[in-house]
Amino acid sequence: MDLGFSDEQEALRDTLRAFLDKESPTTVVRASEPLGFDAGLWGRFADMGLAAIAVPEERGGGGGGFVELAVVAESVGRHLAPVPLVEAAVANLLLTSLVDGSDPELGPLAAQAVAGELLATVAPRPASNGVARLVPAGAVADLVIVLNGDELLLVRQPDRGPDTPAAAVPNLGTQPLADCRVDAGSSVVLAQGPEAVAAHERARRQWELLTGAALVGLGERALEIGVEYVLQRRAFGVLVGSFQAIQHRLADVVTNMDGARLLAYEAAWAHDENLPEAGTLATMAFLFAAESAFRTASESLHFHGGYGYTLEYDIQLYFRRAKAWPLAAGDPRGAYAQLAQRLFATKGA
Amino acid sequence: MDFREFDELAAHRAAARAWVEKNVRPEWADEQHRSGTHQTPELHGLLARDGILGAGWPAELGGSDVDPGFARAVFEELIDAGIAGEGWVTTAMVINTIKDLGTEEQKRTYIPAALRGEILIALGYSEPDSGSDAAAAKTAAVRDGDTWLINGQKMFTSTAQLCSHVFVLARTNPDAPKHKGLTMFLVPTDSEGYELQPIHTLGGQRTNATFYSDVRVPDSARLGGVDEGWSVMHVALVYERAAPGTGAIEQTPTESFAAWARETRRPDGSTVLDDPLVAERIGRMAVDAEVARVLSLRIRWLAQKGEMPGVEGSMWKMFATEAAQRHHSDILDILGAEGVLTPEAEGAPGAGKYEHGLRTAVVGTIYGGTSEIIREIIAERRLGLPKNRSNR
Repeated sequence: MDLGFSDEQEALRDTLRAFLDKESPTTVVRASEPLGFDAGLWGRFADMGLAAIAVPEERGGGGGGFVELAVVAESVGRHLAPVPLVEAAVANLLLTSLVDGSDPELGPLAAQAVAGELLATVAPRPASNGVARLVPAGAVADLVIVLNGDELLLVRQPDRGPDTPAAAVPNLGTQPLADCRVDAGSSVVLAQGPEAVAAHERARRQWELLTGAALVGLGERALEIGVEYVLQRRAFGVLVGSFQAIQHRLADVVTNMDGARLLAYEAAWAHDENLPEAGTLATMAFLFAAESAFRTASESLHFHGGYGYTLEYDIQLYFRRAKAWPLAAGDPRGAYAQLAQRLFATKGA
Repeated sequence: MDFREFDELAAHRAAARAWVEKNVRPEWADEQHRSGTHQTPELHGLLARDGILGAGWPAELGGSDVDPGFARAVFEELIDAGIAGEGWVTTAMVINTIKDLGTEEQKRTYIPAALRGEILIALGYSEPDSGSDAAAAKTAAVRDGDTWLINGQKMFTSTAQLCSHVFVLARTNPDAPKHKGLTMFLVPTDSEGYELQPIHTLGGQRTNATFYSDVRVPDSARLGGVDEGWSVMHVALVYERAAPGTGAIEQTPTESFAAWARETRRPDGSTVLDDPLVAERIGRMAVDAEVARVLSLRIRWLAQKGEMPGVEGSMWKMFATEAAQRHHSDILDILGAEGVLTPEAEGAPGAGKYEHGLRTAVVGTIYGGTSEIIREIIAERRLGLPKNRSNR
């Protein structure tokens, strides 16, 4: 048992934190709105190979695992960095697992995505009536992977990309969401039948895992902001942070965030170990991180009093994203019910 | 990174299971449940006879050469069999404190006898007017020559009905600040002026109030310095965390209930688990259970690294006990009208264990540090927020 990071993972985290402190302060986050995407910052991510850190080395990736990816996702969440790291990382893994490198048409596309020359995303929810609705990073992606019926399609978006984003659909989290049309002209079949469904399911769990890790970073930073505020704001002659009503609620959210962190890394570790419970752990980590991060951001915002309601204070940036990011997967209450079925519907499962 | 639980007791499991199979009568679990007394004297005699109580103790204090790992494995087997040894848990805390702080004479008097199973020691901290605020104890000890006269009352003196001694926190200096006027005494329960009254609890466990009217003890019954009782109690608290057989109360009912929901059919033929309203709540329970598990894993990981878990232990305790309350409440809701059936009722779902669990889960957030005290600890030590109450 070892719940700590390796020296390399620790170094990765410290490097990213220093990099993002500099390159993604909340001024950059605000400037990226309403689209929620910063092409320059994405270029830096691509240069560093961060979205391909878990792709095998022989396919041009970093040869790391999900723990490393979770470290990156956590940093992105902590800084609200306006880059679709999670979606691109999942899409890159999906592309390299389904596409043969020597395939004359798809091989180069996959290689370009891994190299960061193309931005690929994946729609967490299947298409319906030929449209994948509100795909995360759909407004800025060159390539979108969509499950359409029992076909997994790679859709090219020739008119969209990091430098030619579609108009942003106004949304709570100021994310580059867009509908993606699945038509025969622009799409290629990556997989069919049960293989397609299984591959999408796998990608969905990876998306949950990494979004969970991003929400851990988001929630922990939101908590720090709240604690910093209650330690400098005074009311009735004392620090707001000395009131028991506030202390107890902050104690609750820090406990939940600690649990969310441990669970997220347990799920990442389980993915790296190919454990049978990796998929359910990813869903657990996602659901708990989503709930904990939103509660934390809500409490922190509330403890700002009236200032928390203003756009001027940063806590609103965290509050909006904490609610918005997980909703790409749908209603969480449905996900809890499905989780119970996956865990317990079969005896001995 | 590695979240695999390493079973350091793996080598002892089979032998421990064999010992329990050979020596333990299954009806002891029912008897503890029925009587509410979570200590079985006959079993305690066997644990002493086979050196299990003395494992890890030096020979000159009556220790045995039994492997402490085997002893711990036996205690864990007993817990799995539903048999507690709460009187031994408190006794082990106190004799460890005696080992650290006692005089040579005290060590020779209490420790070998405890390891032979001849004495058991209950804790006398709480009082009718003080629980979490233990330092507000009013029970008084007044020096009278070479002896002390003790007067007062203690509450929740659990297992005292089987104990030879109570470890009493008493005020010896009413003029000093409250933490600085306390002293600890080992009061024999056969002392004149000592009385005990049973107290029955919602969860069926029996505890006691104990009364001290002019109870006279020799100065040799005092553990630690005069007016130093608060720090003596803190040494004992550290041993509480290391005690065998603790931590069983927060076990989650999730898996057993999920199995029940999968196997149980409704009149229309669907299983209870097919109902998404039920499944959602079971999904939440499963997530809570996993969070509680990783929070407890963190404590063991810190201990394995040689660090002393502090606030991390409190976080786990608060999360797990509060989750257990939510879960039992949700389970009774799901069971609906049948949820009210007690273990005595024929055909009660899960033989009534969920109904009983709802009642026992209540105490989880009260004993061993209330959730409110824990939130204070987390706020101060983890978040660096100011202390919000004085120590008066």
